[in-house]
Amino acid sequence: MNRLTREQMAARVAQDIPEGAYVNLGIGLPTMVANHLPADREIILQSENGVLGMGPAPAEGEEDWELINAGKQAVTLLTGGAFFHHADSFAMMRGGHIDICVLGAFQVSVRGDIANWHTGEPDAIPAVGGAMDLAIGAKQTFVMMELLTKQGASKLVESCTYPLTGLACVSRVYTDLAVFEVGANGASVVELVDGMSITELESLTGLALTECNRQTPTELKLDARASA
Amino acid sequence: MIDKSMETVAAAVADIFDGASVMIGGFGTAGMPDQLIDALIDREVGNLTIINNNAGNGENGVAALIKAGRVRKIICSFPRQADSHHFDAAYRAGEIELELVPQGNLAARIQAAGAGLGAIFTPTGFGTLLAEGKETRNIEGRDYVLEYPIRADFALIKAHKGDRWGNLVYRKTARNFGPIMAMAATTAIVQVSQIVPLGELDPECIVTPGVFVQRLVEVQPTTVSIA
Repeated sequence: MNRLTREQMAARVAQDIPEGAYVNLGIGLPTMVANHLPADREIILQSENGVLGMGPAPAEGEEDWELINAGKQAVTLLTGGAFFHHADSFAMMRGGHIDICVLGAFQVSVRGDIANWHTGEPDAIPAVGGAMDLAIGAKQTFVMMELLTKQGASKLVESCTYPLTGLACVSRVYTDLAVFEVGANGASVVELVDGMSITELESLTGLALTECNRQTPTELKLDARASA
Repeated sequence: MIDKSMETVAAAVADIFDGASVMIGGFGTAGMPDQLIDALIDREVGNLTIINNNAGNGENGVAALIKAGRVRKIICSFPRQADSHHFDAAYRAGEIELELVPQGNLAARIQAAGAGLGAIFTPTGFGTLLAEGKETRNIEGRDYVLEYPIRADFALIKAHKGDRWGNLVYRKTARNFGPIMAMAATTAIVQVSQIVPLGELDPECIVTPGVFVQRLVEVQPTTVSIA
């Protein structure tokens, strides 16, 4: 079986991000998607601390610590980029102006609920940041995660057991073993890695899965920009 | 003649009182008004309610304020970080109260206070632990949570340049909460790298109009380090 590496998962997500999209990449694994965006597509990255048109990390020694991303790493600004305050930034997100948000997760349910902010352990200090705004704000929310925990439990579940971040907001789940579509109709399999079967996936996840005949994500409504 | 500029950071924060609510700008260390916070620590007033995105990084700024035992309650979105040890210790010791607010709701509630709104309905957090016990409403098919404005007695903000009327421009992602906190506080106090003559800031590019600012003080820019 050809399990995808994290870089390969990032590359797979990047394939589904179309030309012209405004995209927010969550902290952690999703950040890697930026390294795989096709050079021939103009894709604008938003970071919720207040930047659109975010570029790659600067060379060592060139960091400007007043130009950072949501993970508080130094970044650069592309030509045409813009800065804005937090209320505008989250209006962009919550108001549905961002086309795609890619998040990591502890668990995703077959109907698209996501849990990614809190383990719920009594001694854990909770921290939420922008997770709840990001989960429900974008036109489409993708999750990128390994399908199984280190203990072998499926992170794609019938119903989340961790505290929820957002309800019925995830449309696609990209994992190291398969790509899933989730939502009101449950989970279906968009594609499998070589050597994986739906039967085996059902056994790993304990879920009833169907095959999805739609290979590309729900068509993005880039509306007015489509004709440009 | 209107002149909101102050001679020293000490004078700028001289009336912050015991038990005051204080908004502090910044996302991590970007936009953190470090010199105003140091002046506040020197004032030796405590029992403060602090509104900030985080709960302090490392040893400076909000972290130093917590370490000094001045903070009774913090309202923030992301307290736990690799270098938030002063908050973590105070929280585990039960010495500091935490109100955890999703980042976008924090911004919206601050902006609502500045805009004179009575409350907002936000979709963020619906159905989660952070909306438990809160009023909800379904509006045109979408579920929302009722959230109230967050206002404060004071705001401490870092901007790039200002003039004597209090007009401000910011620098890059250090802008973050500055403009909305200036609106939401009774007294907005701003540290700037430079106070320029009136008219020098391009009116088309002023980010915070002076009406939202009560005081500003010019400080030597400090080197901003990694969060």
